[in-house]
Amino acid sequence: MTAGWPLLSLVTFLPLVGALFILLVRGDEAVVAANARAVALWASLLTFALSLLLWVNFDTQFSGFQFVEKREWLPAFGIAYHMGVDGISMPFVLLSTFLTPLCVLASWEAIETRVREYMIAFLVLETLMVGMFCALDVVLFYVFFEGVLIPMFLIIGVWGGARRVYSAFKFFLYTLAGSVLMLLALLAIYYEAGTTDIPMLLSYNFPLGMQRWLWLAFFASFAVKVPMWPVHTWLPDAHVEAPTAGSVILAGVLLKMGAYGFLRFSLPMLPDASAYFTPLVYALSVVAIVYTSLVALVQEDMKKLIAYSSVAHMGFVTIGIFAGNVQAIEGALFQMLSHGVVSGALFLIVGVVYDRMHSREIARYGGLVHRMPIYAAVFMVFMLASVGLPGTSGFIGEFLVLVGVFQVNTWVALFATSGIVLGAAYMLWLYRRVVFGELTHADLKDIADLKPREILVFAPLVVVVLWMGLYPKPVLDVFSPSVNALVVRYQSVAIEAPSTPPPARLAVR
Amino acid sequence: MNQEFAASFVLVLPETFLAVAAMALLMLGVFRGEGSARLVSWLAIAALAVTALFLPLAAPGQAAAFGGLFVTDAFAVFMKILILLGTALALVMSIDFNDREQIAQFEYPVLFLFAAVGMMVMISASDLISLYIGLELQSLSLYVVAAFRRDAVKSTEAGLKYFVLGALSSGMLLYGASLIYGFSGATGFADIAEIMIGQAGDPPLGVIFGIVFMVAALAFKVSAAPFHMWTPDVYEGAPTPVTAFFSIAPKIAATALLVRVLIDPFGPLVNQWQQVVIAVAIASMLIGAFAAINQTNIKRLMAYSSIGHIGYALVGLAAGDETGVHGVLIYMAIYLFMNVAAFGVILCMRQQGRMVERIADLSGLSVTRPGIAAALAIAMFSMAGIPPLAGFFGKFYVFQAAIAAGLYTLAVIGVLTSVVAAFYYLRIVKLMYFDEPVEAFDRPAGRTLGIVITGSSLLILLFVVYMAPVVGWAGIAAAALFGG
Repeated sequence: MTAGWPLLSLVTFLPLVGALFILLVRGDEAVVAANARAVALWASLLTFALSLLLWVNFDTQFSGFQFVEKREWLPAFGIAYHMGVDGISMPFVLLSTFLTPLCVLASWEAIETRVREYMIAFLVLETLMVGMFCALDVVLFYVFFEGVLIPMFLIIGVWGGARRVYSAFKFFLYTLAGSVLMLLALLAIYYEAGTTDIPMLLSYNFPLGMQRWLWLAFFASFAVKVPMWPVHTWLPDAHVEAPTAGSVILAGVLLKMGAYGFLRFSLPMLPDASAYFTPLVYALSVVAIVYTSLVALVQEDMKKLIAYSSVAHMGFVTIGIFAGNVQAIEGALFQMLSHGVVSGALFLIVGVVYDRMHSREIARYGGLVHRMPIYAAVFMVFMLASVGLPGTSGFIGEFLVLVGVFQVNTWVALFATSGIVLGAAYMLWLYRRVVFGELTHADLKDIADLKPREILVFAPLVVVVLWMGLYPKPVLDVFSPSVNALVVRYQSVAIEAPSTPPPARLAVR
Repeated sequence: MNQEFAASFVLVLPETFLAVAAMALLMLGVFRGEGSARLVSWLAIAALAVTALFLPLAAPGQAAAFGGLFVTDAFAVFMKILILLGTALALVMSIDFNDREQIAQFEYPVLFLFAAVGMMVMISASDLISLYIGLELQSLSLYVVAAFRRDAVKSTEAGLKYFVLGALSSGMLLYGASLIYGFSGATGFADIAEIMIGQAGDPPLGVIFGIVFMVAALAFKVSAAPFHMWTPDVYEGAPTPVTAFFSIAPKIAATALLVRVLIDPFGPLVNQWQQVVIAVAIASMLIGAFAAINQTNIKRLMAYSSIGHIGYALVGLAAGDETGVHGVLIYMAIYLFMNVAAFGVILCMRQQGRMVERIADLSGLSVTRPGIAAALAIAMFSMAGIPPLAGFFGKFYVFQAAIAAGLYTLAVIGVLTSVVAAFYYLRIVKLMYFDEPVEAFDRPAGRTLGIVITGSSLLILLFVVYMAPVVGWAGIAAAALFGG
């Protein structure tokens, strides 16, 4: 039925059409706000429905790119509008389209000022995110990758908390500084290989010396985006100040862009350099896991705690990616998806009480279970998923990563596992302080439980977390062929090169 | 002889037409007397449009006129269209402004036209002598318009400063040109190039000195660091539409001239001048990025911003090859529209009938005037080089040329300064979008300004969609300079 449709372009640009509609809405402020919300919700739901078609029609046996579209864009430079997805990128398209309607719904009442601009920013953001995962031309990729900064800057700066200006600038400039170096690397790649086409570049062998410089330039960009220790400091600020839905997108999708970059560029295009720098990535990731988990333990702000936990969880992802075997990479991908859903959900959880009490301080709460039983139950599901309890999505990802890493480097696996223990500590303690205990604060006595709209937001998230935890096979099937191809490429090239020892021997001891 | 003269005459038809039109409009103004400014302005805009139509007619392909004093090629046509467009847009933006400020006089558009003629001659100059004539015609007109608000101290100061420093740079240019003539014995670009190619070993020291002097003089004209000192003062002092004009057309013309001088006669000496251009580019990018941070006046900020942009354009020139020039051409075309959009918004900055120029006056503009706030935000994000806006592609092409030429250090410095520069562009967005509104701006008098702002910001926004023809055309223009 859908054969011949430019499905990826539709999914990518449909939100933009919605944004245009909102732009044209006329009337007084209340009418505009109501229409903007409705249009944004329908546009994002329709986009999600279309993106489900991607999954339905996805060929899980094929490792290459599917739904490919290619049109001339800049013939003089050989730069094309080239879109397509493989098993690595397709799930993230779905993640983006899945989270956006939930964000719109979660902002339904929380955002009261400049609703029109807010909804436009979110729809534009969706277009850019989806486009980034689908782009098969490095210039197109960069346009989407970097374009995300503009709506996110405005979302944090306009609708954010007290220190929003500082956070928005920090977010923007940190990310930009990393990305411009990647731009130079992309230009150098174009100059060296003579093409900007990603599928062609995936099989191009760059000279060894050049690879290391290119790798470092990419690393500058992706490490900031992931974020890896020590360039993670923008993240807690941005998360704390962003409006709830902004945090959800930031944690859910934007952090994944860095890890996706490692998988799309660093590993397959620069395999030797990736192998060479693997110890660096291990070291930084292990520090991230242990250090930021400890930092998370002492946080007094709920959002900040979850932000630090994101850094720790993304540490698992980077370890998994650079372990370079099938289990670890599939685990990393799974962890990315799981973290996208779980951390997004946790920010929404914080948003629920923030909307009621206008405070994110842990000490302001306590004993919520007496007044908000449904909330407590939902919170528990995501808290346990974040800890990695078997049966939730968090377990599968972390487990696969650890299995994969253990084969390559025992010490890294050991340190990473300690992070799981710490993760359990800070999450369970957070849950205890916020939900259990006596209801001591007088103003919490009549706090209301989840409203139907909020239940509507959380229900799909709970279902996805449990489904991914209990029956991960459909998701892993999507990954498999592409990950296998990636690993074959990575290991064959990286081990062939005589000057670079295989990753196992180089690793941190 | 007669036939050759006639053939030459066809090639300079656009310039001739514009010069005659300017003189005719001067007469018209004199006879109609006071109050004819608006009419003369619109007629001047029409004259510019007609000239643009003449351009492709008069110059199919490459041809030289008057024994090599003057050349027409795709490069010249491309740059001249930008010049005419920039001049016309600056005039459109001036009309209402001058009326309101009560400085509307018919000499103003006429001077713009003479400046445009000068710039067109500069772009087509193919001899040291015609180069100088074009440059001086342009500069003299500009000195006068800078001081056009005669009763304001700042404006006259700007005019005087511009004149004194401009005369100094003209002197340097002449000195450089005479050195080159003295050591090569030729003034025509083609002859000089031949002599340089024929030279065995290093070129004579006098020629190198001459090139350095000429680059310095032209760096003054494009306001590249370290010859940029006049820029902020002149930008601040001159009436705002004049500032807009200064930041667009003369910059583009001088850049075109710099490109032609370095590529045409001194193309064989690329190794000699490359370091100079690299140094100037780095200095401009650094000054443009760091000096702008503390500015409180929007026009001074735009001055530093334009210094920075010239730095990026020079990155392309530093590459010294066709890709580099291609990048410069694309950059200048995009730069034109970014500045038109930004200055269009700056011209809207009036409160209770007075111009305001403080950056802080923009606070909360997104609430009081969402349309122009969005336009300025688009221009600022574009100047910061964030995709998918046009400014990103300008940077993309120049850095691509730098990488291809192996100028990695230059490229790294360039992108890092662009991050610093992003800070002050973002600061303007922050004021407009994150801060509480102050007093709202007055409604604009006419619709023209609104049309100019909307049009240019749409062009910036949609460049990503329609860029193929622009890039292709710039490519043809660049190839023309390399004998393609």
